[in-house]
Amino acid sequence: MNKIMPAIALTVALTLPNLAQARPLKLTTMLTNYGGDGAYLAIYLTNAQGAYAGSLWMAGRKSKYYAHLSGWHRATGGNPAEINGITGASVGAGRTLEISLDLADALFDAGYTLHVDAAVEDMRDSPNEVAVPLTTAGAKTPVRGRRYVSSLAYSF
Amino acid sequence: MIRLAHRWPGLVAGLLLLVLSLSGALLSIFPIVERLSSVQADALSTAELAERIQAVHPEVEQIRRRPSGRISAYWSENGVPRAAVIDPATGREIASADPNPFERWLTRLHRSLLFGDAGRMVMAAGAAAMLVLAVSGTALIARRAGGWRRWFSPLRGPLATRLHVELARIAVGGLLLSSATALWMTALTFDLLPDGPSSRLTEVEGGGRTGMPVAGMDVLKRTPVSQLRSLSFPDPADATDVFTLKTDRGTSHLDQGTGVLLAWSDPSAWQRVSETIDMLHTGRGAAALGLVLGFMALSVPVMAGTGFVLWFAGWRARPRIRGNVAAGRAETVLLVGSEGGSTWGFAATLHTALSAAGQTVHAAPMSSFEPARYRQARRILILSATYGDSAAPASARGFLDRLKFLPAAPSAALAVLGFGDRSFPGYCAFAQAVADVAEAEGWHMLVPFRTVNRQSPQDFACWGQSLGAAMGLELELAHQPVRPAAFPLTLVSRRDYGAEVQAPTIILRFALPKSPFWLRLTGRGFGRFVAGDLLGVLPDSSAVPRFYSLASGERDGFIEIVVRKHPAGLCSGQLFELRPGDAINAFLRRNPGFHAGRDAAPLILVGAGTGIGPLAGFIRANARRRPIRLFFGMRHPDSDFLYGEELEGWRRNGQLQRFDTACSRARQPRYVQDALRGESAEVARMVREGARVMVCGGRDMAAGVSAALADILAPIGLTPALLRAEGRYVEDVF
Repeated sequence: MNKIMPAIALTVALTLPNLAQARPLKLTTMLTNYGGDGAYLAIYLTNAQGAYAGSLWMAGRKSKYYAHLSGWHRATGGNPAEINGITGASVGAGRTLEISLDLADALFDAGYTLHVDAAVEDMRDSPNEVAVPLTTAGAKTPVRGRRYVSSLAYSF
Repeated sequence: MIRLAHRWPGLVAGLLLLVLSLSGALLSIFPIVERLSSVQADALSTAELAERIQAVHPEVEQIRRRPSGRISAYWSENGVPRAAVIDPATGREIASADPNPFERWLTRLHRSLLFGDAGRMVMAAGAAAMLVLAVSGTALIARRAGGWRRWFSPLRGPLATRLHVELARIAVGGLLLSSATALWMTALTFDLLPDGPSSRLTEVEGGGRTGMPVAGMDVLKRTPVSQLRSLSFPDPADATDVFTLKTDRGTSHLDQGTGVLLAWSDPSAWQRVSETIDMLHTGRGAAALGLVLGFMALSVPVMAGTGFVLWFAGWRARPRIRGNVAAGRAETVLLVGSEGGSTWGFAATLHTALSAAGQTVHAAPMSSFEPARYRQARRILILSATYGDSAAPASARGFLDRLKFLPAAPSAALAVLGFGDRSFPGYCAFAQAVADVAEAEGWHMLVPFRTVNRQSPQDFACWGQSLGAAMGLELELAHQPVRPAAFPLTLVSRRDYGAEVQAPTIILRFALPKSPFWLRLTGRGFGRFVAGDLLGVLPDSSAVPRFYSLASGERDGFIEIVVRKHPAGLCSGQLFELRPGDAINAFLRRNPGFHAGRDAAPLILVGAGTGIGPLAGFIRANARRRPIRLFFGMRHPDSDFLYGEELEGWRRNGQLQRFDTACSRARQPRYVQDALRGESAEVARMVREGARVMVCGGRDMAAGVSAALADILAPIGLTPALLRAEGRYVEDVF
């Protein structure tokens, strides 16, 4: 089990009017046994208009592979500042990535979408592995990804 | 120094290199298998290929071509990302695009021992060790062979050494390439080298129109599949998205509505280099080269094994000097120049004898020579071998330079003893040079320069006596060279000659003992031997072996020597007592300087008396009928014509072209050099055509032969010395 506790509150990255109210969120991503090397995962948000709003986590430390996370890479231009301090190891097949972060209340039920882009060496890139609306009601309801993520769930 | 840089990386990284090389060799098979099993579509254009695939999978997102020619497509089906290997002829899927799990596992083992980044660093250290080993090993081989141009010169020595060096000479190029490229790739992985594209093209946007069929796009039509790396399709819902085409030459972006080339970027020089290096290392795109490299990698386990055996044998044979006195307190300083360790053995004997005589002795390698530290020293004794023709042995590196730059000769007296093998041209050349330089520097010589031929205990004991006399003490040096364990040899037959001419001589034939493989590999058994090697016989009641030239090779299936009875000779006396069924204790000593070799060069063999032994062995082994001429000197044909019948038989079946004899007790006495002179035209012709001259017998005979040969060769502008330098004139003299 990869349990990662980022110390940095993510509210910093997401500039919104009422930052004061934030709540701790636990994000659990379980991977399938896809039979390959460790997966690179980019976890980020887009707003109601579909525009990039900020990154939550980057699993995988070698920036040269980030281009394979094409949704995230296109949105950010691969800018390392976007994931400064919120980067961890890639996640092996069948493993679970667990991250805790503080997310502003205003992001919930406001049309934001939580994205996961996934890539594995020598295997099919999966840019929109998961795309799930960020809602209070959606918490604790696991979502299945397309190829590498067997379930993604967030809870307060 | 180079030897250290070879030994320690080898010992420390040995196991790692085993894993690296075996996994690498296995991995090298995959690219060629993929290449052979892929349908090649090089004649097709990218436009046609894309159209075919799009017809089957309208939602295709990307087409990739591997250097093997294998084409795979990536698309979505009901929102699920899919991928498959594609038959370019039909555009249909033929296999899963997921990598072979065994290959994946092997790759991870090869690059990281299955341990992520930490494992990668360990494996990179393994690759670095391989690189150091390859470089230092190359230098060692060149030094051993006596220069780069003699890289492939024939090898001599025990099995483990030959195996190690023989494989290295063939594989070192591949190992250098594989290890250097491995380090480059690791550096790339850890972002230590730039690898990015020269410019970013993420901002390219299309003109807003969609729907141009791929079959109509000029750029795609002009790009043959052989150049294709990948083609990414735009998101049809996003009119500003573009086609991205990657080829061997760079990356281009095409408008999805018009097919027009919007932007182009060349790969950076770094990227090109990295791609080439990736290809060289993995064999992807150069499958045949990959297979060759993989094959070369297979030599690593063998070299690791033999390397360990060599180190272990040297470690076992290392000197153990007890009671060594500190440099500052010793009256006698003993400096040793040794390559393989045998000179250290002599030094240990000398150390023990001097200590027993009440001396304080400090023994050290010559390379640690530091006269300022020898405050109490009254004499300095130097025992040194020679490496190659005239170079310093491993433990004496830099000694000559230090000697030359001494401000003044030390007050301590000096004695130099050289160790070498008379059958090589540069006999004791390094020790001689040390003695010459020291004398020129004005050092007082305690005893004159002397030499020890082939680790002769007698030579050493003799020098010990004169040293003892100079020091005013009784010095008895009974040295037993480090030697392999003796084997009991059982006599099979004996033939007696020469009693009538006061030269009793016997040809003794012993049964071949069996020795286990491990002993043969470490050179400690009766493994391989050929005629010309030496048999060390240990007489009863003496620890000092006597050496006899072997008249047979391992392939003959027996061990044969020729022994002349010496008046009051301990060993020959005992051998003359032997009857079939009796046994002696003996061991093998290789004598590479006096082998006939396996080439086809003609041989001129010259021998007298028991010197016929190895020469007869060469002729007996001459199954390939290389031209051999023999000149044989004896006393009287009726009495000591050793191998008389065999020689006649060999001549008849062509193993021996011709032989001439010279008889010193005949009515008209002749010596073998006279026989040689009688055939001078023929001898000169053979030498001109590349013949080797091999002489075996007593010292006086050898001198006579050398003089005769000098006269014979003068008209064709050659001398025995010139031939000797080329290895074409060798002597085995006793």
